[in-house]
Amino acid sequence: MSQTDNYESVVSSADSKIATFDESGKGFVGRFHDVLHKTPSMVPLIVLLASILIFGLALGSRFFSPFALTLILQQVQIVGVLAAAQTLIILTAGIDLSVGAIAVLCSVVMGKLTFDYGVPPALSVLLGLIAGTGIGGISGWLVSRLKLPPFIVTLGMWQIVLAVNYLLSANETIRAQDIEAEARFLQFLGVKFSVAGATFNLGVVLMIALVFILAYALRSTAWGRHVYAVGDDPEAAALSGVNVHRTFMSVYMLTGFICALAGWVMIGRFGSVSPSATTGVIGNIQAITAVVIGGVSLFGGRGSIVGAFFGALIVGVFELGLRMAGANPQWTFLLIGVLIIGAVAVDQWIRKVSA
Amino acid sequence: MEPILKARGLVKRYGKVTAIDQADFDLMPGEILAVIGDNGAGKSSMIKAVSGAVVPDAGKIWLEGREINFRSPIDAREAGIETVYQQLAMSPALSIADNMFMGRELRKPGVRGSLLRQLDKPAMQAFARQKLNDLGLSTIQNINQAVESLSGGQRQGVAVARAAAFGSKVVILDEPTAALGVKESRKVLELIQDVRARGIPIILISHNMPHVFEIADRIHVHRLGKRLCVIDPKDYTMSDAVAFMTGAIEAPKAA
Ligand SMILES: Nc1ncnc2c1ncn2[C@@H]1O[C@H](COP(=O)(O)OP(=O)(O)OP(=O)(O)O)[C@@H](O)[C@H]1O
Ligand SMILES: [Mg+2]
Repeated sequence: MSQTDNYESVVSSADSKIATFDESGKGFVGRFHDVLHKTPSMVPLIVLLASILIFGLALGSRFFSPFALTLILQQVQIVGVLAAAQTLIILTAGIDLSVGAIAVLCSVVMGKLTFDYGVPPALSVLLGLIAGTGIGGISGWLVSRLKLPPFIVTLGMWQIVLAVNYLLSANETIRAQDIEAEARFLQFLGVKFSVAGATFNLGVVLMIALVFILAYALRSTAWGRHVYAVGDDPEAAALSGVNVHRTFMSVYMLTGFICALAGWVMIGRFGSVSPSATTGVIGNIQAITAVVIGGVSLFGGRGSIVGAFFGALIVGVFELGLRMAGANPQWTFLLIGVLIIGAVAVDQWIRKVSA
Repeated sequence: MEPILKARGLVKRYGKVTAIDQADFDLMPGEILAVIGDNGAGKSSMIKAVSGAVVPDAGKIWLEGREINFRSPIDAREAGIETVYQQLAMSPALSIADNMFMGRELRKPGVRGSLLRQLDKPAMQAFARQKLNDLGLSTIQNINQAVESLSGGQRQGVAVARAAAFGSKVVILDEPTAALGVKESRKVLELIQDVRARGIPIILISHNMPHVFEIADRIHVHRLGKRLCVIDPKDYTMSDAVAFMTGAIEAPKAA
């Protein structure tokens, strides 16, 4: 046998040590990039802390107080909950334009059932949550089974849900005094309590608990891994043994459920049930803004719920800070626009495996 | 002897393209069956039909004598058939360990696993590391690195390690060494023989004739969407096999 025929035999004496390389040559930017690649929520956290610091220095104790900082939490509670819902859909490489509309409709369902049909408030809330889950289920089925683009499905669902909301409520608001007198449980999430000058309400507690639970589920359960896999590459996920349909359905139904929770949070926050609340029209864009600023990739499969939460807080800090500084509100929109574009640019940079 | 995996009259059409045309297929217990054929002959389509990745338009499949109707790759996996697809099927942003255990994750013992459904990441990582070492994939530095940061050959190695680790009845490998280096290809061939030594039969699709002739017990020659013939590598040369599969020579009648 000639020598070339046997070239594979030396393999048996090959080196079997696990390769290691000297990392010192990477430099600060390289190592920073590595950290961001592993923990994408670092970027919004840094932006959040920096903006709190800047407003704190500029505005002093007026801004940098337990009262003001917890006011931000109260102001972002609805968008924060909607952003949690939106994150789940965006992780599967979708987008949900109907989140705000579902929230408003579910708040109307809760109010309507209690006031027009005499359903006990707790049961009305439960039925409202079921309604949200069901709407999410319809969208999920259209996306997963009929393979319709999520953008189109939820664009249609947004209009449908808003229309149903107006038809069902006859565009009538249920007044806060009436709810307070007859069905206080509907306002349950508005219950406030103070800790050392900081004011919280149960809606804020719910938002924070939701972020913790979803972060755990996405990180540490098989379901979470499947959500990321489906968002990354649904065909590969199916071939490697993920039930893609079930994953999509669970994500859309859970999203609908969380939107309904946001509807309940709205009743607590406003006291009343209003079918024409602006959340129905701009809630989707507010949630998408928070998610994008939070570093969740619109291409799916990358990002975290904690990042989206930071994104919502960043928007809240800008809104309150600039208002306290007496700036024209247009500055808030301008800066948020800059943040959105900046966040996507950073996302593209992080996604590069080698900096 | 009865085939462990048998198919008769499989048909699959994609619009006007016929990918599988009345194909038959037999895998005997404990053997390494190589499948060879030109590009586009329909090899991948046929193994996808037996692994649940595509549902054939017609035809029947039996596993250990029982007729099966896989609706998805999950069904096939539950039946013990593990496949490395030509396009590899991995989630680029997830880690090696996540990918190896996709769809069959290990949970922590006790309440944390049963109630909180918490994943046992250390156990999965240790297992994945062990399997990669078995394959000699020592150039992979970190078991938690994202699959997208691996080279094409390293990815292939991970996919092969996954199939070999979990296959209990049949392991199907669609061109598992196409992107691999000399050393890694050799390791995959050794691994295939290890799997056979555990009594598990293997279907190996490959264009590498020396490898096919070295390890296959029988060679299934696929041409124009169907089985042309099955030959014993001891009775024919590589040039004979290439001649059959390209249609240069009439194939032997008795399969
Ligand atoms: N998803 C699909 N849609 C349309 N046509 C397809 C699809 N998959 C395969 N085909 C067609 O079926 C035929 C067989 O393809 P297949 O991938 O099975 O070939 P193969 O033998 O595995 O080839 P190769 O050696 O190149 O991997 C080809 O003509 C191909 O174009
Ligand atoms: Mg192929």
